[in-house]
Order: sequence, then C-alpha cells, then structure tokens
Amino acid sequence: MSDELLRLVEQPHLRHDLPEVQIGDIVRVHYRIVEGNRERVQPFQGTVIRISGGGVNRMMTVRRIASHGIGVERTFPLNSPRIEKIEILRHSRVRRARLYYLRERTGKKARLKQRYVKKVATPQPEARPAQAEEVEQEAVSEA
Amino acid sequence: MTRTKGIIGRKIGMTQIFTEDGEMIPVTVIQAGPCYVTQVKTRETDGYEAIQLGFEQVAPKRLNKPELGHLRKHDLPPLRILREIRVENARQYEVGQVLTVEIFQPGEYVDVTGTSKGRGFTGVVKRWGFGGGPKTHGQSDRWRAPGSIGAGTFPGRVLPGTRMAGRMGNEKITVRNLQVVRVDPENHLILVKGAVPGHKKGLVIIRDAVRPPKQARKKQVE
Repeated sequence: MSDELLRLVEQPHLRHDLPEVQIGDIVRVHYRIVEGNRERVQPFQGTVIRISGGGVNRMMTVRRIASHGIGVERTFPLNSPRIEKIEILRHSRVRRARLYYLRERTGKKARLKQRYVKKVATPQPEARPAQAEEVEQEAVSEA
Repeated sequence: MTRTKGIIGRKIGMTQIFTEDGEMIPVTVIQAGPCYVTQVKTRETDGYEAIQLGFEQVAPKRLNKPELGHLRKHDLPPLRILREIRVENARQYEVGQVLTVEIFQPGEYVDVTGTSKGRGFTGVVKRWGFGGGPKTHGQSDRWRAPGSIGAGTFPGRVLPGTRMAGRMGNEKITVRNLQVVRVDPENHLILVKGAVPGHKKGLVIIRDAVRPPKQARKKQVE
C-alpha cells in the first residue's frame, strides 16, 4: 500500500519523453544550466557507464574524455526537467552493468565494440523548439 | 510562539520531487488524517489547553469498553489511536470536528514527532561516535572498544552518565522546522522536505513549528 502511494507522488515527475538509454551507449545530453539569470543548453557527450536508481531517482553517469586526456564524469538525474533532450549516438556491446573498468583505460583500450540494433526508437521530446536534428541508425544485423 | 494545530499520520517513505526550475527536493511522504477531535481540554476543566485527536478507524472489537465509551459519548467512530496535542487555542476546536492535511499549507514549517528506528544493543562507536581503538600495530579485539571509562582509585567509581554501549533508538524524537512542500487532500498526503524519524508506516505527529526559521517568522509579521 505504502509503495503505491509513493509511486503516486512520483508519477507526475517521471519523464516519458526521453529515449531509453542503455549501458555503454554513447549519448549527447542537452542539459539546461542557469548562469546568473541567463539560461543556456549545454551538451555533454560521452559513454554511459552507470545507470542506477528507480522511479524518479533514476540516475545516469556519463563519462567523456576531455582535453589533455582528462576523464570527466557527470551524473544526471534522468527525470530532471533540466534535461532538454538525450541523443543516443550508438550502442555498444558490453558484458557488465557498470563500466568502471573504463576508468583505468585510455586510448584504444578504452573503446567499446559497437552494437548495431535493428531499429533505434528515439522518441523525441514533443516540439521543443531548440534543436530538431534526429539520430537515426542503420538497420544492420549484429556484428 | 505556541502551537495551534496538529495532525496524526503515518510515514509512507521518502522520495524526491522536482521543482519547476529543475531543483530536486528530498521529501518524506506522510499520510495524515483524517483525525477526529475527540476531546477538548481547557484551562478551567483540566488546567491546561489541549486537544485530543483520534486517528485510524477500526472495528469496535479492537477497543476496550472504556475506550469505546469515551468515543461513543460524542458519537465518534472507534479509533485506534488517540493522542493529545497541546495547543493554545483549544477553545477553537470542538469535539467531533475532523482535521485533514488541509490545515497545513505548502511553504509552512512544521515539527514532526515520531519514534526513531530501534537499533537494539549498540556499541559505543555507533551510539556515541567513539573512534574505537587502533586496528593495526599488534592490536587485537580493540577496534571498537570504548577505551578508558574513568580514572583510578580516585574517584574509584565510574561517573554517572558515562557514555557506554546500550540500547539505541526506539525513542521519541522531534524534528523541528521541516518545510511543507505539498499537500494532497485527496489522498490525505503531506510532503515534507527532509527526513522524519521512524520507519515506514511509523506513527508521526505533525504540528506547526514552535520556532520557525527567522526568515519565515519575519514574513508572518508582515
């Protein structure tokens, strides 16, 4: 009973307009940030190395290699209204739920094998005027 | 400032919600009320001002005769829980009145009282935050030991109040000045920012804050 009530409270805060992200995906997250009283959208592109939490508390950690080979990780709440949109650029073949091993690897060793998916359903946020480019992936059989 | 209102509820659990500008707020969901006012105590009759609230209707066989009689006197349904809340304006309430979460507004500050989770017999490290002993350099069985508990022949005894291992939790705790984030009268839910004592389904009493934060107090004066 009590869990039902919790879900009831969370319900209106869940976002169903974002695509289903998987571990190992290379994503570009468009995150709205507020600087003083100015607001702008900042994209952050990298590999999804962790997805945790359930319900409204679902979080995703994205790792990218910034300049000078410095690894940068950023954790996003997946139901945050500050996420403008998420683009899934490609999927990878991974055998783990948490890709922490990427932290110890650099360069060619830190690559993930691409996984081709029959059809990538990318539900776009309904008519958000900012960007309109879509990510499409070719339908190719499993590599 | 003294209290003027209160309500009994049960803790449902914690979650987060987002504000419009995307800020995440940790909230505790409490299902509170409807509560019946079962008795009004006034200075003349009882020497102090308070209201007695009843919560959770049950089958009559769950109550004993004195309890049933007390409630029947005012045509109230059989209620599992009766709690007294001291208020300064008991006269404004009348027996039989029903209180719901709507007595609170979002933004208001409340004090929440509950019974903390019982931890059983706990050691001194968890209970009092002692550092414990060294873990290396040839030590054995001293990691979580309390160390010295007093001097020697003088005073020749352990001083009263010395912090030692023992039972922890399962006591009445009041958390002050939690902000009401949302009120949902339809489901009798009230969302409060931050944590509340006790486990899920634990009984809690929500009262208006005795000493709200300074900024909130200022606002009230205006």
